[in-house]
Amino acid sequence: MLIKKGAEANLFLEDWHDRKVILKRRLSKGYRNPQLDINIRRFRTIHESQLLHDAKLAGVSTPTIFMIDLAETTIIMQFIDGVQVKQILNNLPREDRILLCQNIGKTIGRLHKYGIIHGDLTTSNMVLTPNKKVYFIDFGLGEHSNAVEARGVDLHLMRRAFQSTHYKYVKECFEAVTRGYSKEIGEREAEEVFKRIREIERRGRYIAER
Amino acid sequence: MRIKKPITYCLGVESTAHEFSCGIASSTGEILANVGRTYLPKEGGIHPREASQFFSTVAGNVLNGAFKEAKVKPSHIGVVAFSQGPGLGPCLRTGATMARALAIHLEVPLVGVNHCVAHIEIGKHVTGVKDPLTLYVSGGNTIVAAYEAGKYRVFGETLDIAVGNCLDVFARAANLPYPGGPIVEKLAKKGRNLIQLPYIVKGMDLSFSGLLTAAIRSLNEGYKIEDICFSIQEYAFSMLTEVTERALAHTEKKEVLLTGGVAANKRLQEMLKSIADEHNAEFFVVPAKYAGDNGAMIAWTGLLAFRHSRTLPVEKSFVRQRWRLDATSVPWVEGGLT
Repeated sequence: MLIKKGAEANLFLEDWHDRKVILKRRLSKGYRNPQLDINIRRFRTIHESQLLHDAKLAGVSTPTIFMIDLAETTIIMQFIDGVQVKQILNNLPREDRILLCQNIGKTIGRLHKYGIIHGDLTTSNMVLTPNKKVYFIDFGLGEHSNAVEARGVDLHLMRRAFQSTHYKYVKECFEAVTRGYSKEIGEREAEEVFKRIREIERRGRYIAER
Repeated sequence: MRIKKPITYCLGVESTAHEFSCGIASSTGEILANVGRTYLPKEGGIHPREASQFFSTVAGNVLNGAFKEAKVKPSHIGVVAFSQGPGLGPCLRTGATMARALAIHLEVPLVGVNHCVAHIEIGKHVTGVKDPLTLYVSGGNTIVAAYEAGKYRVFGETLDIAVGNCLDVFARAANLPYPGGPIVEKLAKKGRNLIQLPYIVKGMDLSFSGLLTAAIRSLNEGYKIEDICFSIQEYAFSMLTEVTERALAHTEKKEVLLTGGVAANKRLQEMLKSIADEHNAEFFVVPAKYAGDNGAMIAWTGLLAFRHSRTLPVEKSFVRQRWRLDATSVPWVEGGLT
């Protein structure tokens, strides 16, 4: 059953050997040159599986991978029953929202500490389960890197997601994220990343403070 | 007896980069004039000071041309709008100076318009879309935006250079004649072989500088120019289409609008239409004459702003070189005007 038609993949909820699984299939995009299309789909299928797995080894909650079908550019993984953070964040009581964001920041810090860049940190890519665990999903744009630049862009994207989707709470949310992040990765390293975020944002077009 | 509502005419002045243009719009929704002149650098890219000097030599003629085209007398103008930013300082100031002088001389209010908002508003106005996800692509900007609660929110944008800038600089490096974009498009049609180039998408943001460097490098590696043009377009436009699709899936808007100078590219149009279809959204593209920078879009947006009393005292009408799209309030959008 198709449950989500994403930008680059379709997600199906299926029964597979008596388990509920998510079948993530990267479909051929009609608009793309066929060669570019298959390169992107294969590359992302392989990388996403690796990163999901490595993130789990680092202690971050991610869906368990059951099977990879490269010919079909499909990943079969554990179904996480919960809600997208995007859907609830604005409606949470302030304290819960801050706590959740702090937790998210901690998780991002953990990923970075283990050399993993998520690549698409938005609140749509975080699932909150009933027992209050936050699962990170969709590592399709991720990479392995310890570079300050990559970390900075990752967190910059997180802030951008708050700005577009949770614009009323940008400040409190992002501050909570940075607090959690600092705690996890250590203040010195975190400061370096925050400095880089400011630089990345100044590099952007039409920033007032330059 | 019904009293006829008087028609307001707005004069719009555009001068953010290499185009100096004046347009006239009326409160009945008509675009009555759109006249412009383009600064062509002798070599290299836009030299801001030279561009602004060029603007001051053509400003008078362009303005007279607009009045002539619209068949409107200067005394009929009820409001003067100008492109207040973002853009190149010297260029912006030339347009602003003319707009201020006119507003004082005609004794009418002055309105400062955000250039990026104007590209979206003119696209909406001439295509009739109501609430689109917009991809705005030009020589200076690459933005995916949609309206939400009083502002156009930026969902994705370039982290370095604009896609039009990437195409222009590549064309110059390859000694292709000006303007670069259409020539690259023409050559790309004859390209068959895809050269491997960097494909850089970060969330909904993009980066084109690596693509540009790699494309220029491949010029010296003996690849056919047609194949390079083909590849640069395939990579750049696939990246744009991917982030637009991601934003579309995220916002679930039902309309997609393509605007800005690069909107004229048929290959890009084709790609975007394909994802709009896939998400059951309607696809619209701004007509060629309003795709590039133009005065009409400033006139039209100026009118919208004027109706919401967004006038600007002359002494406070400084240009804003880095005025972001998402820092501009657009009170007319929800008001259901037009």
